Amino acid sequence: MLSKKNLQLNDNGDLHHLLAIEGLPKRIIERILDTAESFVGINEREVKVVPLLRGKSIFNIFFENSTRTRTTFEIAAKRLSADVVSLDVGRSSTNKGETILDTIANLTAMHADMFVVRHNESGAPYLIAQHAAPHVHVVNAGDGRHEHPTQGLLDVFTIRRYKKDFTRLTVAIVGDVLHSRVARSQIHALTTLGVPEVRVIGPRTLLPADIERLGVRVFTSLEEGLKGVDVVTMLRLQNERMAGALLPSASEYFSRYGLTPQKLALAKPDAIVLHPGPMNRGVEIDSAVADGNQSVILPQVTYGIAVRMAVMAILAGATR
Amino acid sequence: MDNTLPDAEALFADLKAQLASSIAFDAKLVGVFSGGAWLADRLKAELDGDHQVGYIDVSFYRDDLATNGLKSNVRSTHIPFSVEGAHIVIVDDVLFTGRSIRAAVNTLFDYGRPASVQLAVLVDRGGRELPIAADYVGVPLIVATDLMLALSKNDDGKFALTTEPWAAR
Repeated sequence: MLSKKNLQLNDNGDLHHLLAIEGLPKRIIERILDTAESFVGINEREVKVVPLLRGKSIFNIFFENSTRTRTTFEIAAKRLSADVVSLDVGRSSTNKGETILDTIANLTAMHADMFVVRHNESGAPYLIAQHAAPHVHVVNAGDGRHEHPTQGLLDVFTIRRYKKDFTRLTVAIVGDVLHSRVARSQIHALTTLGVPEVRVIGPRTLLPADIERLGVRVFTSLEEGLKGVDVVTMLRLQNERMAGALLPSASEYFSRYGLTPQKLALAKPDAIVLHPGPMNRGVEIDSAVADGNQSVILPQVTYGIAVRMAVMAILAGATR
Repeated sequence: MDNTLPDAEALFADLKAQLASSIAFDAKLVGVFSGGAWLADRLKAELDGDHQVGYIDVSFYRDDLATNGLKSNVRSTHIPFSVEGAHIVIVDDVLFTGRSIRAAVNTLFDYGRPASVQLAVLVDRGGRELPIAADYVGVPLIVATDLMLALSKNDDGKFALTTEPWAAR
C-alpha cells in the first residue's frame, strides 16, 4: 500500500490529492498560500471568475452534511469556471446500500475530474484516492476526527496575512481538541511552517492523551495558556459532547474556557482571534470577542475561497 | 549571456521612441509579468505624459493547465485604474505564439471594456499560433525554437536578453 505521503504527491513531487496536512512538505504548503494570495485579488474584482478550470467537472460529495464548507468549495470551483455538482450522498444512494467506491465509480463514469469529499469516517478520502482513476484528484473536506486540510490552510493563510512571520509566533488552540479535525490540521500546518510554540488549551477530557507528541504545549487553564500569545483559535464545542458526559454544562464550560474580552486581554495586545465556524456564542466565545476588532473570523471565510481556489488549481494542473 | 543577441537597452530606447510619438498622453501601460512589468515600469519613468501602470499575471487565463500545470510563482494581477474606456498598451518582453497576449487581453476584459488595446513588445520572435500582431516592436528576431528567449534585469536595473532551454516546468 502507498504511504499517505506518497498518495498525496505525484512522481514529480507535486500535489496530486489533498488528504491531510500531516506529511505535506513545507514547499507545498507555501506554494498553496502564495497561489491563494493571487486569488484574493480575483475575489475582490467585479468579475470574480477566471477560466482556468473550464471544462473540468468537480463533484462535491458530502457523506456528512455541511452547508458552509460545501458552499465555499462550490464558490471556489465556480470562480475557476469548473462545472460543479454537489451531492448530499448521505441522503441518497448510500441509504440504498451502495458502497462509497460504487458511488465514486459511477461519478467517475460521468467523467469527473475532481472529488471534494467529506465523510464522518476518518480515512474515507484515502480510500477514494487509492481507488481513483489516475487523472482524478481528491480533496479531503473533513474526515471524521482526522483532518480538515483546507481549513488548516485557510487558518495559516489568515495568520500569515496578519502576522507575516511564522517563526516568531505563539499560537493557542482552545477547546475540544479531541474531536477536532480542524485542530489537527492547523497544528500540522503551524509546526511545518516553523511556528516555535503551539499551545492547546482545554479540559483534560477534551484533549487527546498523546497530544504532546504533535509538538504542542498543553494547558488546562485558559488564563495560563493565553498569556503572551499572538494568535488564538477557538474551536467549536459540539453540543453532543455535553450529552456524552465529557462536560458538565455549556455555562460551566463558558465560565472556564469561553473567550471573553477579559481573558483575551491576557494575550498580546495585537493578538488575533480565529474560529472555524459555526460559532456557539456564549459557549466557547463571547459576542464581544467574536464581533470585536481582534476577530478575524469573517476574513477567514473570505480567504477560505481563495485558498480552496488555489488547491483546486494546483491539483488540476498536476498529472500522474 | 549570449552576445549574439541584440542589446536590450538599445531595443528599449527604440521601443520607447516609437511609443513616445504614438500613444495617448494618458495611455495606460499594462506589463505582463515578469519582463513586461519591468518594461512598463521603465516606460512610465522615462516617457512624458501621465501613464498609469498595471500588471498582469496570465497564469489563471492560460490554456495549457492540463499539460503544463499551474506555475509555481503566480504573481498578483494588479490594475490600479479603471479599464473602462481607457486606452491601454499591453507591454511584454517577447512575442512568440501569442497565447500569453490572448490571455492578457482576456484578463483585461474581466476588469472592464477598454476604448482600445495595443501591444508593445521588445522582441517579436515569430512563431504565432493565434492571429495576434504587435503595434510596436523593438526588433523582429529569429530564435531557435528549442530556446526560450526572455528579458532579465541586472542589479543596476539595465536590461539584457537571455536564452535558455525551455524548462520542463
